[in-house]
Order: sequence, then structure tokens, then C-alpha cells
Amino acid sequence: MRGKTAIKISAGLAATALLVTACGGGGDDEAGASNAVVSVEVAEPQYLLPSNTNETSGSQVLASLFTPLVDYDADNKPVEVAAESVTTTDNVTWTIKLKDGYTFHNGEKVTADSYINAWNYGSYGPNGQNNSYFWEKVEGWSDLQSEDPDGEEGPQKAPEPKAKTLTGLAKVDDLTFTVKLSAAFSEFKTMLGYTAFYPLPAAAFASEGVVKEDFEEAIIGNGPFKMKGTWQHDSQIEVEQYAEYPGDKPKIQGVIFKIYQALPAAYADLASDNLDVLKTIPTENISSAEADLGDRFKKSAASTFQFVAFPTYQQEFSKPEVRRAISQAINRDEIIKSVFKDSQTSARSFVSPVVAGYREDTCGVNCAFDAAKAKSEYDAAGGPKKITITYNGDGGHKDWVDATCNQLKTNLGIECTGVAEPKFADLLTKLDQKQPIGMFRMGWVMDYPSMENYLGPIYTTDGSSNYYGYSNKQFDTLYKEGVSAATPEEAIAKYQAAEDILANDMPVIPLRFGQNNFGHSTKVKNVEMDLFNRVNLLKIEAA
Amino acid sequence: MLRYIVRRILQGVLTFFGATLVVYALMFANQNDPLQALAGERPISEAARAALTERYHLNEPFIVQYGYYMRGIFTGDLGTSLTGRPITQLLDGAWPNTFRLAVMAVVFAALIGIVAGVVAGIRRASIFDHSTLIITLVLISIPIVVLAPLMQLFFGVELRWFPATAGANPTFYGLILPAMVLGAGSLATYSRLTRTSVVENLRADYVRTAKAKGLTRNRVIGVHVLRNSLIPVITYIGVDLGGLMAGAIVTEGVFNIPGVGSQLFRGITTEDGPLVVGFVSVLVIIFIVANLIVDLLYAVLDPRIRYE
Repeated sequence: MRGKTAIKISAGLAATALLVTACGGGGDDEAGASNAVVSVEVAEPQYLLPSNTNETSGSQVLASLFTPLVDYDADNKPVEVAAESVTTTDNVTWTIKLKDGYTFHNGEKVTADSYINAWNYGSYGPNGQNNSYFWEKVEGWSDLQSEDPDGEEGPQKAPEPKAKTLTGLAKVDDLTFTVKLSAAFSEFKTMLGYTAFYPLPAAAFASEGVVKEDFEEAIIGNGPFKMKGTWQHDSQIEVEQYAEYPGDKPKIQGVIFKIYQALPAAYADLASDNLDVLKTIPTENISSAEADLGDRFKKSAASTFQFVAFPTYQQEFSKPEVRRAISQAINRDEIIKSVFKDSQTSARSFVSPVVAGYREDTCGVNCAFDAAKAKSEYDAAGGPKKITITYNGDGGHKDWVDATCNQLKTNLGIECTGVAEPKFADLLTKLDQKQPIGMFRMGWVMDYPSMENYLGPIYTTDGSSNYYGYSNKQFDTLYKEGVSAATPEEAIAKYQAAEDILANDMPVIPLRFGQNNFGHSTKVKNVEMDLFNRVNLLKIEAA
Repeated sequence: MLRYIVRRILQGVLTFFGATLVVYALMFANQNDPLQALAGERPISEAARAALTERYHLNEPFIVQYGYYMRGIFTGDLGTSLTGRPITQLLDGAWPNTFRLAVMAVVFAALIGIVAGVVAGIRRASIFDHSTLIITLVLISIPIVVLAPLMQLFFGVELRWFPATAGANPTFYGLILPAMVLGAGSLATYSRLTRTSVVENLRADYVRTAKAKGLTRNRVIGVHVLRNSLIPVITYIGVDLGGLMAGAIVTEGVFNIPGVGSQLFRGITTEDGPLVVGFVSVLVIIFIVANLIVDLLYAVLDPRIRYE
């Protein structure tokens, strides 16, 4: 092993030398920017269009090519980047002023229209964009949608929506526009940091409201890097510094996003210094990563939240007493240690620690492991003798579900089995039909850092991911009051009151909060990852 | 001979239609909700669902979808995968890599396997024979999911003799390690087959005659024994080449080669019907062509076959 360091260093030097010669021809060495090109692992992105990209690989690439209106500071509060200011007096009408001087990579000026056109395209139903629901709160959104009158199986086609553009968007001047929401929403500014809200240049459109078909192959953004060549599918995407970028300059010349089919292959490349940043260390390598990478193995907070949900519409799980007892019978810390090798942390709250307003241990005594108390309460409440935990078999959940089941067996003296559905979609189908599938595993990754983004979709009566039929009027009211509160502080107070209701009702059992487990090569330093599992490309430097 | 070739080609055409119909039907029956599978764990919006259903004809009955597909094949258009990329473009990216990998694996396995088999056959019960038996048994019994990461760790990460992964535009050098891994199982089979066949033919009457005629040992073995011993081996190599192309899923995954295996795997997990059927159609063609070549080679090696 001793000889390896020497080999590594010489390999590193050789590689750096190659990179220097490769990029030396560029000529624009202004501001002392390093010539380094850094390679970052991604999976093949599904799409590379802001309004259609909702997975981490695509948004990692887009984050290098685009600058958002707002980004998040160390406390996860929004700060203006491409926006000069985002202001409102009533939380309904928001005025967005753009900074002057931003241009797209083709030289086009970034104007209010760049945003309005992109957002109209994204929210127009027939365009089928994955992120269209982000504009739901903007006035006129529902007029852009249409439903198939006889379901998708039927012969009739969905009619054209009533309108083509959002009535809530209005241009004031070249660098100012307003967004009118259909109801007050105090955290609209926080939302604006999401991928969906990037602007698009006029060059993106083939005609009004129609994006060019091959625009994604060589996408033009307003960010610090521009695309070099085209998207080489299944191979790599290369970006280089955009010389006219007015914002903070990155410390590297460019990035190669290397596309991997499977994480273990990327890990092998990282361990042999062929790859600079691996965003997720595969679970099977977690235990050896410390030894392989030393202090180049890093951890940071992420927004994932894993929990087990109760189908509250099922008789045997309708009593909160039963749900609380089951929660108390689970030893979270032990599972995290034995199954996850400490790559995640225990959850005892209903929102992730990464959002403002998070409080530790809101679940209180209901999430504290106490086998004896759990058993006596479970028996007193008349909990079912047999339970199942359903999970999707394609997500690597078997180990912890089995471990959880074993704990329930021992601690409650009941039968428990883990049932695998092939895919998450199959699980959703059964839930839609309200089939009695027992308890089931769920997870949540936030879209923007706000308590609202957890409480709304997962726990409100008509929440988009509330598959378990949980409904509490008081909770819904508090949530709504939070959404329309005058200030973020007031909103948080309402949300926290709502969260306290969850602690009593226990519609779900919080289990784990995720974290980024990442690693980097000897050739780079200052590698940081954000809450969205993205590498901060403005901070990363050649070592 | 010509009649033989034409008949074999016609059989191949029939096989092609039968096989694609079966694959298409299976894929169709297996589709629950491909759009949801594409969207992952997030519920897909009604509007997006309607738009995509329309685009991929998902609301049409099976036979109509198959019709669209067949019409596409004859016009050279294999359609688009559910991710929106044209299948032909996906094929362009994937086939060359997998083909090179499979051919390298077969060449590697055939060279070493046949030579080892012949030597072991001639020197039956020698130390060489026994040791190849043990080595081939070990090779056959290690599954590729174990062998591939092991070789990668040892030769790629620790010793750094080869690059740990080959990547999307692999060099010849980068493909050596994955080809050896992929060919390992075949190598063992080739050498066992060759050995048995050589041992059998060495006892045949024609060998005794050749020896009696006073031919040199090299000529007897190199021409007479080898030619006859290769028939079963070549049959196997023909089938194996197709199998290697289809079965490279593990190797391609471990060494990060975007090829047929990884595309097919992705297509199946995301219920991407057009992608799977497109790739399988080409696989079927390769199987058919490989077997056709094998049959013709047969006829060259053994004249009795071509008059059947």
C-alpha cells in the first residue's frame, strides 16, 4: 500500500498536465481562473429542460448552465442571485426585478420575457412537463389544464385548454415582471430557487409556445457555464466557463459530467482517481469508504425523509393508539447502525432538519424506543395480531423493512412480514384502489426548503402524496393559515402548531433523515454539496 | 448449396416475425403503467399523462400498437423510447460497444480455450489436462457478478494495470479487462468441448489411417483431427456470440460501458416497450445471422451436411 501514494501523485500530476495542455489553447485566462476541468458523476438525465427536469442528475447539469432567481444561504433562507429583488406587500402579487447584465450563452439579453415565456411553456398542460405543478399557485393555472372527459382509456381526446398563457404573469418593463398568485402564499420567494423557474432564451422556441425539439441537446442557459458541444447521451456532458457571465466566477475552467449506468462503477473510478466527484457513495461501499478515501469521504445534510405510513382508512390502523405503540416498538438507531452503517440519521420529527422551523424530537415520547410500554399500549388498544409492511422491491428497501419487522415481532409479540411490490408504481396503484396492503414505506425529497413543502404534500387532506387517507381538519386549517401568513416567521409558527397535531395523530412513523455521502479525488478540494444532492460548482477548486 | 442457403434465410425471416411478435406481446402484457415508471416515485400529473399517452399510442389496443411498430420497421423508423430519444439513435450508441466487447470476448475465449483444449486432449491425463480441468471448473463456477467486480478491484483499482471503467467511447485497451471477464465462462466451455472432441477423434479410424499413411503428427492433428473437432465448438461459439451480446448486462454495468445490456436493463425496469422491442429485434437478427453463418461453416467443414 505504501507505494500507492507515489503512484497516485504521479498519476495526478500527469492528468493535471494533460488537462493544462488540453485547455491551454482557450486563451481567456482572465481573473486568474484555474484551467482545471473537473469530472462529476451523474446518471443519464431524463430530460434537460428546466420545466421537465425533476431528478438530481438533470438538475445537477442544469445548475451549472443556469442561474436561479434566488439561491439559499447557510440557513436555507432565499437570497437573490439573478433577481435584483423579489418583493410583495400582500403575498399575492410579487414583483420580480432582474439584475442587469445577464445574458444567455448565445448573447441574448435575459429579460422579463425570458421568464414569462419559459413559465408559460412549463405550465401549459398539453406540453406534459413534469414540473408544471410548480405554477399551480399562479393565477390562471387551471385554465391551462384540461382533463380527458372519458379517462385516458377512452376514445375521446382531451380538449384544448381554455387559455395558453398564465394570466398571473405580467411584464412591467424589460427587467421587471409581476406574478399574481390565486391565493396568498408567504413563501413564494423560496420556491423560485427550484429548477423549474429558470428562464429560456428566445432561441429555445420554434414558434410561440413551442420549444425546439433538439433544444435539449445543446441547451442555452444564463449560468456560469455554457455547454461545450452537445449532450453525448450515455457518455458525458461537457460544460465550460461562460466568459460574459456577470456573477461570481467559478474557480474551475469547466466540468465534465460523466454518465454512469451504475454507482459501483463510478466508485471504482473514484478510488482509482479517474473521477473527481462522486455524489453518492453506493451503500455497499459505505463501510469501506473511510479506508479507501480517508478524509475525501464526506457527509452533509440532505433533504430526504423516510417514513412508514399507515393506511388510516383500514380499520385496524384507524386508532392513533395503535400507531403510536408501533412507533415506540421500533429501535431506529439500531437499524441505522446495522443496516445503513450510519449513512442516515434517526428521524423523530415530521419535517426535515434542513428547513427553517424544524424542531428536534417533535414526535416526543411516541418516537422514543420503549419495548415494554409499546407492548402494553398495543395490547390495550387491541392492535392487529398480524401486520405487513409493503415496499417497492426495486429500491433496496428489503433489509431495513425486514429489520423493522423483526423488531415489531420481538417487541410486540405479533406476526410481521415485509411484502415487496415490484415497483413503486405498483404500490401506488394498489393504494389508489384502497386495497388493504397494510403499512407501507414512503419517502420524500423536498422541492424547496420550507416546512410547507413537507406538511402540504404529505399530510394535508388533499396533499399530492397523501396516499394514506390521513385527514385532520384542524391540521388543514393551521396549514392554510401558515401558507397565507403575512411573514415567514408567522407562517413557521402556524406550521409548528400543525406539526404538533401530527405528533399526536401519528399518521406516519418518521424513521430516517437522509444525508449526502459523497467522495472526491485527490485532484480537487472545497467540494460541497447542497440539499438537492448537487455539487456546488462555484466553490470547487483544483487541488 | 444455394438451395440450402435460401432455405435457411427464409426460415430466418419467419423466426424474426415470430420472435418480435412474442416479445412485443410479452412486453405489452407486462406493462402496468410505463408513464408512472418513467416518473419514478412522484405522482405524474394528469396533463402530462394525457400528453404522453397520446404521443406513444398507449391507449391503443395491442394489435394496433404492433402495427405501428411493424410499419416503423419497414420504413426504417424504430420509433422513440419513452424518454423521447429515437431508438435508432440509441442503437447507434449501444451496438458498436457491445459488439466490440462480445467479439473481443469470443476471440479471447476461443484462442485460449481451443488451444488449451487441444493440448489437454492430446496429452490426456497429464498434469496439464488435470490443471486445465480444475481451472475451467473454477471459472465456470464463479458467477460473473462476483468475477467482474473482483477483477475490477484487483486489476483496475489496486494494481491499476487497466482503467477501472471503460466508459462510453472505450479504447481497445480499456475493453481488454471487461472482455476477459465476459469471455471467462465461454473460455471454460470452449476448452472442455474441444478437449472431449479431440480425445474422441484421436481414436477414430481416419486418424489411424492417416498415421498409417505416414503423415506427420502435426499434420494429423492440425488438419485432420482439428477440422473435425471444431464442428461442435463452432456451433457453440455461434450461439454464444448472440448470448454474450444479450448477456453483457452485468459486465457493462460494472465497467460502465453504455451498451445493449445496460440499455435493455433500463428499458425493462422502466417498462419502456419501444426500447426493449427495438433492441430485442436487433438481437434476434444477430442470433439468426450468427446461426446462419454457423450452419454454412458446418457445410464447409463437413461436406456431408450440405447435401442433406
